[in-house]
Amino acid sequence: MPTINATVSPMPQVDARAPGKRTPSRHRLRQIRRYTLVILLALVFLFPLLTMVSTAFKLPSDVFHAPPNLWPREWTLANFAEAFDQIPVWRYLANTLFISGMSVLGTVLACPLVAYALAKVRWRGARPLLIIVLATMMLPPQVTMIPIFLIWNGLGAVGTYLPLIIPAFLGTPFFIFLIRQFLLGVPDELIEAARIDGASEFRTYATIVLPIARPAIITAAIFQFMWAWTDFLNPLIYLNDASTYTLSIGLYSFFGQNTVAWGPLMAACVLFTLPALLLFLLGQRFFIGGISTGAFK
Amino acid sequence: MSLRRPASAQTIPSSARKPGDRSSRRALWLGLAFASPFIIGFLFLFAYPIAASAFYSFTDFNLFQTPRWVGLDNYSQMFGNPTFWQSLGNTLYLTVIGVPLAIIISLAGAHLLNFPVKGQPLYRALVYLPSIVPIVVGGYLWRWLLNTQYGFLNYFLGLFGIDGPAWLQEPDWTKPAILLMTFWTVGGTTIIYLAALKDVPQELYEAAEIDGAGAWRRFLNVTWPMISPVTLFQVIVTLIAFLQIFTQPFILAQQRLNTPSAGPGGSMLTFAMSLYQNAFAFLKMGYASGMAWILFVLTLVITLIVLATSKKWVHSANN
Repeated sequence: MPTINATVSPMPQVDARAPGKRTPSRHRLRQIRRYTLVILLALVFLFPLLTMVSTAFKLPSDVFHAPPNLWPREWTLANFAEAFDQIPVWRYLANTLFISGMSVLGTVLACPLVAYALAKVRWRGARPLLIIVLATMMLPPQVTMIPIFLIWNGLGAVGTYLPLIIPAFLGTPFFIFLIRQFLLGVPDELIEAARIDGASEFRTYATIVLPIARPAIITAAIFQFMWAWTDFLNPLIYLNDASTYTLSIGLYSFFGQNTVAWGPLMAACVLFTLPALLLFLLGQRFFIGGISTGAFK
Repeated sequence: MSLRRPASAQTIPSSARKPGDRSSRRALWLGLAFASPFIIGFLFLFAYPIAASAFYSFTDFNLFQTPRWVGLDNYSQMFGNPTFWQSLGNTLYLTVIGVPLAIIISLAGAHLLNFPVKGQPLYRALVYLPSIVPIVVGGYLWRWLLNTQYGFLNYFLGLFGIDGPAWLQEPDWTKPAILLMTFWTVGGTTIIYLAALKDVPQELYEAAEIDGAGAWRRFLNVTWPMISPVTLFQVIVTLIAFLQIFTQPFILAQQRLNTPSAGPGGSMLTFAMSLYQNAFAFLKMGYASGMAWILFVLTLVITLIVLATSKKWVHSANN
């Protein structure tokens, strides 16, 4: 299923399985049971986030109160003020945004190029390269982690953002594969027509292929953004100066110094989650589509 | 994933020509040019590091001095080191319990999300929501939920008359705590299952119902075989994720001033955590490289075992 948008139909379906002989009230009972179960399921997943938000708005006396209460007895913004006071939130936000933005740029520039070479350029290297792309997807990152660190260390780039950004410009195997799968579904005739018209290969790529592949590229961009936004291990390895920290490392370092400030910590967590949430709400169909695509041939 | 070229490739004259003529050489250059970012990336981020990592694993290397060849010393040290075995044991514990449970939870969740009820997209979004939360945030959130005094988890258990454990202090309970946190983020797996469930032809269920099959029979005889290729994919992806699990235990075990920590009695030290600590806290780069290769071989062997058994339980559309 190479197309990105071939996803779950969001429309509620008619229950094709409900046999006619059942009385309406039994059917109703079953529907009530179904609603209860599915709403309960959604609540179980949502609940931890609700406690995060509620804790962020609680006074300390309310935070450290047993038994815990979900609804703050008194709403306060003090935790946010303290979070901004103790954690350079804006700076970390800007750093994280910069790294994420640059890796998205790299992904959007590099991955479609390579995907095009794999899907639409008929050259001898296409198949071996595809196998390499797939093989690198299987390799545990731990195997390459240390030598890559040593390369950046040798280049004097540890402590800068280069190790976190440059790899995206060299193409991420997963996204190359995702876009390649999408391009396979694009008819060759479209591309041939442009070639016959005398357009250069790059022009064909830029004016025909890129616009067609937009859904796949957007999916890759969104996932790359989320990966970079939430990444912990790489910033942990490469960033050593507090002024360069991302939000992940900033929170980690704050907690290391102050393991009991739950109110401000949860406030910072809320701030850190909001951009990801916003992106999720705006790009939901790409998320759901992208996830489903990964699963099938 | 199809490794075949698109069928239309055969109709293009250029591919029919013998290799070596002008147009196929041009195609080669074009291919190389378009693929060049990844070719460079492959050389610097995969090919050389793989070779270097293999080399370092046979050396004593602390980052500041040149690597000193020590043969198999790192590996024999590893096998004699209780911490190595403990980290391996912790990781296998999480994997063996975590993979089946994650699969069952996702599949059950997908079934509920597939109910013909209004607001399906909303419930689906809510189940997926935790998966977009940064893992570090999730880690602190769960430390708070698992808090013995003020946390909601033990409060809820208390409502059922259960005296909840000190999740992050008792060595026996830290791994269940890690598992709980990871199960919270099975939204991705659930959505893949949901898509698979929607792909099962309705006629099969109708036919089964006419044959008098109950809900459980229908699941066993229709749903499970039809979604088994997806299950195979999910098992392998989840397996790999659990074998490499790092951030969740790392955050749940974090101590004041970020000293290398492993949880009470080392009960949260996973393989990837131990590898990280050896490399970047103790600067035992050679030893850590050796660990990475052990992890690679372990992943490969377990994946191959799963693939070998898959012929028995994965239903293929071709037969």
